[in-house]
Amino acid sequence: MRDNLTYPDRRSGQTTTGHMAKDFGPAASIERLRLRAELLRAVREFFHARGFLEVETPLLSADTVVDRHLEPFAVDVPLGPGKPPRRMWLQTSPEFCMKRLLAAGSGAIFQVTRAFRQDEFGPLHNPEFTIVEWYQPGDDLFQAMQLTSELCQAILGGAPAAAISYAEAFRQYVGIDPHRASVAELARRAAELGVPAPESLSAEDRDGWLDLLLSCCVSPQLGIERPVLLYHYPASQAALAKIRHDDPAVAERFELYVSGIELANGYQELCDAEQLRQRMAAVNAQRRAEGKPPLPEDSRLLEAMQAGLPETAGVALGFDRLVMLATGAHTLAEVIAFPFDRA
Amino acid sequence: MASYNTSEFRKGLKVQIDGDPYLMIECNFVKPGKGQALYKCKLRNLLRGTVIDRTYKSGDSIEAAEIEEIQAQFLYRQGDNFVFMCNETFEQYELSKQQVDEAWKYLKEGMVCSMILFNNQPISVTPPNHVVLRVEYCEPGARGNTATNVTKPVTVETGAQFECPVFVEIGDLIRIDTRTGEYIERIKE
Repeated sequence: MRDNLTYPDRRSGQTTTGHMAKDFGPAASIERLRLRAELLRAVREFFHARGFLEVETPLLSADTVVDRHLEPFAVDVPLGPGKPPRRMWLQTSPEFCMKRLLAAGSGAIFQVTRAFRQDEFGPLHNPEFTIVEWYQPGDDLFQAMQLTSELCQAILGGAPAAAISYAEAFRQYVGIDPHRASVAELARRAAELGVPAPESLSAEDRDGWLDLLLSCCVSPQLGIERPVLLYHYPASQAALAKIRHDDPAVAERFELYVSGIELANGYQELCDAEQLRQRMAAVNAQRRAEGKPPLPEDSRLLEAMQAGLPETAGVALGFDRLVMLATGAHTLAEVIAFPFDRA
Repeated sequence: MASYNTSEFRKGLKVQIDGDPYLMIECNFVKPGKGQALYKCKLRNLLRGTVIDRTYKSGDSIEAAEIEEIQAQFLYRQGDNFVFMCNETFEQYELSKQQVDEAWKYLKEGMVCSMILFNNQPISVTPPNHVVLRVEYCEPGARGNTATNVTKPVTVETGAQFECPVFVEIGDLIRIDTRTGEYIERIKE
């Protein structure tokens, strides 16, 4: 990846190719970093203009999102000689703390901050990345999708986003009903479509098979002509979204795709503390079964939800990917001054 | 045996699948934000040259291939087999004509080649970039013609044929580039 990049040479002002460049130099060109700063300002203005309050929450927290596929970085904070350190976590997203603000009556809030996820490094991933996250109390899923489309248009221009349900997208691109097909049917479709499945993907892991088909057959097709909002994910992939009241197979969750790239993820948020507790326990059971360390289930978010989280929609957007798409770059390294391998 | 897990995956990794050595020629990390991380890989079979697509999920691992490069000298040819000896261990290795591939054209007794071993079995051999071979047979060329752009086929001591300028004669020594199979020059003895 690095070999394809160009770096400006400080002394000569010439651009040299990656392997010739000095390791101290930025991966992104100064010109791209200038565009990045302009986009950052535009995103902030978008939310200020709509009455959102900009907030800041800790990167290092006692709580962390409990997710099957998110690995937080643990930080052991020393408490002095002879005492066991206190385990804290770098945030995989600012979700918990922002919801605590909502429970305290903040009203609409947004922030631009850093998020950290272990083992996520590639052309479209950097273990430390910039996230834009916002909450609009009172909004439902479709209102959140509408606002996301407006932000996308404000930054990238072009047409408003189209919307397609997860079920319809799977019918169209995979030829299968994702909510009712058995694992055997999903596996057979993958084989018929020439998708090489990991040998370790088990016959019990229905979501694993759906993710494989989504990654290989569906998402590359989304957002080519115009941005696409993929909505109503399977309830088993609800994460922190509400389950739809009239269809228990479906979660009030969407994602935004542009040029086949996943750009944002939004929920009509789960407000029920007891349901959250059950989901966290289920996720930790899955994590243990997969040999991953369980994550703490008790959190201040649970306390906040018991006290009362207002009905709200929330969305998180990958800012680095947005800059990449806005500036015609093809890898995150082209828009991040110092990506993970030269951090 | 050593193995690589997905977080170590990268281009150039040498791994072993179903007993065969493979080179990872492409590794693409894809992950739905809240979903399963996948590593979409292309791997080239180092014995057969075929390319396969494999997908791994995070936490998977592949056995590492024990691949070693040694310097070995060519001893002799026995029918369709070629016998080499490692210069350090004096261990002998026999390669088939298929494994030797194009290298047979250049192999002279005592020539030192680099050899790739997989689990201590030879899988390929590469001769030095330039080799000198004696001409065994060719049609006589026009006397005094020193042009290099007119060529004729020349058979050398290994039995291989090369295109050479017409002034090359039987008994001459010629230098050949083994990477392209092209004539470079005639050597004065």
